[in-house]
Amino acid sequence: MIYEAVIGLEVHVQLKTATKAFCGCATEFGLPANTQTCPVCLGLPGTLPVLNKKFLEHGLRVALALNCTAANYLKFDRKNYFYPDLPKDYQISQYDKPLAVNGRLEIDTETGKKEIRILRVHMEEDAGKLIHSSSASLVDYNRCGMPLLEIVSEPDLNSAAETYEYLTQLKSILEYLEVSDCDMEKGSLRCDANISLRPKGETKLGVKTELKNMNSFKGVRDALNYEISRQEKQLRAGTAIVQETRLWNEEQQKTFTMRTKEEAHDYRYFPEPDLVPFTISDETIDAAIKALPELPQAKKQRLARDYTLSEYDAGVICADKHIALYFEEAAKHYSPAKNICNWLMGDIMNYINTHRIETKALKETLAVKNLIAMLELIDNNIISGKIAKEILPEIIKTGKDPEKIVQEKNLSQISDTSQLETFIDEVLREQAQVVNDVRSGKEKAMMFLVGQVMKKTRGKANPQMVNTIIKNKLETNS
Amino acid sequence: MELTNLSAVELLNLLSNGDISPREVAAAYIKRIESLDKKIKAFVHFEPEKILKKAENIRSGKLNGLPIAIKDNLCVKGEPATCGSRILSGFRPPYNATVIEKLEREGALFMGKVNMDEFAFGSSCETSCYGPTYNPWDTSRAPGGSSGGSAAAVAARLVPWALGSDTGGSIRQPASFCGTVGLKPTYGRVSRYGLIAFASSLDQIGPLTQDVKDAAMLMNIISGHDPKDSTSVDTDVPDYLAALNGSIKGLKIAIPKEYFSSGIDAEVKEAIIQAIEELKRQGAAVEEISLPHTEYAVATYYIVAPSEASSNLARFDGVQYGLRLCGTEKANENALIDMYTKTRGKGFGPEAKRRIILGTYTLSSGYYDAYYLKALKVRTKIAEDFKNAFSRFDCIVTPTSPTSAFKIGERTNDPLAMYLSDIFTIPANLAGIPALSIPCGFTKENLPVGLQLLGKPFDEALLLKVGHAYQQQTNWHKQMPEMANSS
Repeated sequence: MIYEAVIGLEVHVQLKTATKAFCGCATEFGLPANTQTCPVCLGLPGTLPVLNKKFLEHGLRVALALNCTAANYLKFDRKNYFYPDLPKDYQISQYDKPLAVNGRLEIDTETGKKEIRILRVHMEEDAGKLIHSSSASLVDYNRCGMPLLEIVSEPDLNSAAETYEYLTQLKSILEYLEVSDCDMEKGSLRCDANISLRPKGETKLGVKTELKNMNSFKGVRDALNYEISRQEKQLRAGTAIVQETRLWNEEQQKTFTMRTKEEAHDYRYFPEPDLVPFTISDETIDAAIKALPELPQAKKQRLARDYTLSEYDAGVICADKHIALYFEEAAKHYSPAKNICNWLMGDIMNYINTHRIETKALKETLAVKNLIAMLELIDNNIISGKIAKEILPEIIKTGKDPEKIVQEKNLSQISDTSQLETFIDEVLREQAQVVNDVRSGKEKAMMFLVGQVMKKTRGKANPQMVNTIIKNKLETNS
Repeated sequence: MELTNLSAVELLNLLSNGDISPREVAAAYIKRIESLDKKIKAFVHFEPEKILKKAENIRSGKLNGLPIAIKDNLCVKGEPATCGSRILSGFRPPYNATVIEKLEREGALFMGKVNMDEFAFGSSCETSCYGPTYNPWDTSRAPGGSSGGSAAAVAARLVPWALGSDTGGSIRQPASFCGTVGLKPTYGRVSRYGLIAFASSLDQIGPLTQDVKDAAMLMNIISGHDPKDSTSVDTDVPDYLAALNGSIKGLKIAIPKEYFSSGIDAEVKEAIIQAIEELKRQGAAVEEISLPHTEYAVATYYIVAPSEASSNLARFDGVQYGLRLCGTEKANENALIDMYTKTRGKGFGPEAKRRIILGTYTLSSGYYDAYYLKALKVRTKIAEDFKNAFSRFDCIVTPTSPTSAFKIGERTNDPLAMYLSDIFTIPANLAGIPALSIPCGFTKENLPVGLQLLGKPFDEALLLKVGHAYQQQTNWHKQMPEMANSS
């Protein structure tokens, strides 16, 4: 029997607002414990929450970008449970009337495009953090009251790879909207996964487990793969799956039981009486839709069409908003755009990855005009692609005009026929055997000869010209 | 002239004219509190030296150092705010309630915190961890609650006026029991920021005063929209003092028959009928009406209020402030549960526990629809009753409480009897409408009776006007308990 995994995700996104969800505290990350708090987010008696409008605006943008239907009626609820990181012992959240419902997100899979339905998007406040030592547990309330958006998908994902792609797409959209840092390590993006298995073809859902504590997209993928094989083994052995919450242990690469269903909370949701429900007009929603930026999928299709890129290339470029913007800026002044794309996806991406440069700093790292200048040097046969690869780090480090670097280092390509002939004649003399091979029709031997000339000129020879000259010489001499 | 016999308005005149200094006034009241509060026990936090020092430095605002007592569930920066509960022992809020901020700006002098039922859960002041406050009219009797400390302090002239809070009658019922004026404003008229919540959708802060004029003056200071309280309403606030004057001739008053049915004390009923006669004499047109959903008010309230309370009181868990009791030294999961259990077990009194359990139950999954949701629907019906009535009438007149002050201990073992003492005050909270209680007579045992006036949302001005007109022709509000006179 073949089993099919059924996965649904609950993603928590910390929205990038200047102040917290219901008070005026700042939202910086990594401040000393309890320095970013006030009576309201500490839940001191008598204090009251006041909704941050930016929280709603950001939330609405995300919901609409995920093609959700936004609610016309906004209300909050209290989710009641006791925990020391939750100073009021209830969380302001949304229960029966979420901000938005019925969205969808398109992902690319091995077998083509797939639409993942979004069940709901709702707003809530974050809790603080517990710090455990052997003698005591301490609480840091800095994160308390940070604005969170919970995005719940339908169980439409069928593999760890699809889940990874869903998260990548979602992150990309959030970055395009500029509403979150989406940093899983810093906790600004968190993901819990519900997973069950069922025999392929079966429509009924199997017993699910909920996975928590994954700290990266890779962690999510690994945890799911582990859980899929764990559940499959159990099912094949005829053991029933227990509905429970399991924690992913990154070091051991395993999931462990956290709590079973019997211990599940009754959150006693009820409408938050301290916040007055209000309506969001259709005009507000329409205006928010109009104000959405071009999103990754749309951009991808447009770039592929306008710049004749393959869908794959356009996808790679558009996965990151900053790369995409950079590409477009360069493509305005240079064609064929494919060359820009190749360099971005290759050496430039490599460089910024190894030097841990954020993509948003790409424009400052490599000025668009310098990239174009470099590409033109190649096109005009001043330098070879190989030389370009060599000088790219220097263009980046110094910010100098590539042409100057080429001049200073005397790297310009040798395109002068007589100069090239000197090197070529030398090689032909030295490699008499190979010359014979070429004459007897061995194509590879030809490549070897060109390579030898390149070697002698330290890569500066114009390879096309070398090729032509050698061909001519061997033909006329034969 | 006895300074402490003056109303707030009268006293303010002297202060404003410079006839007396804030320090003299403060000293007079301190002396009075020190001599009388032994018997009344209205004050739970009182620091005379601090008050005198403050009084010397007050030179600003409309109030010029006029003293006021504050219910113990309102936050005054740096001062204890315990809600009459052990669980908040040691808690001093690092911020002012908005009403305190406003009073401070106008130069009010805070005389200290006065007693209340624990977290405002009660109608007698007996559930306070400090023990009961005693009714100045008869110290064997309760002053009412939960703002019993505020009412008793004003009745005994320990302060010229006081702030209380009202969730189901907590200003009006003690005002009625102690022969003072008490106003519960429209929900949203006064900011709740800094009021330690009992039931967020019902709570309102309001004045307890000697007469209606004083209540109007205090309302002028505390009313208005507050950006810190989303439930406070951004609507114009009239000058309540200016609105007092004028005749009530032609005013249309409704008398709901449900408020005069069985259960009401005969002497109370008689006093109310006489009061209605007085309003008629002044030209008001009175007509009997029905508010058919009245009988469901108490049941509805005892679902809505405890539900919200169970959530509001969750934060008293021993983690950040107030009482913390731990059992074990080890930091493990049991230690956490242990802290919660011990802290809340010892920190809350029996009535608080009863309401937390009630509210937790009514919000539980599987019971929510049958209780909480149902209660919300009935609440709407009750509000509709009033809306219908106010489409034809300017105000509604009822007794404030079915009885006069009962004996201390008389109802402590019978929660239902205790709950019924708010039967006439609860509907106004559920509907969010303003309600004023004014003294309207005495029983044979010389216990005050209160008349309740209910009005349209945000029409406190009319209630105050009617109350003021009534007080121009009656002397009930000028009566003082014997102990207050003889000191």
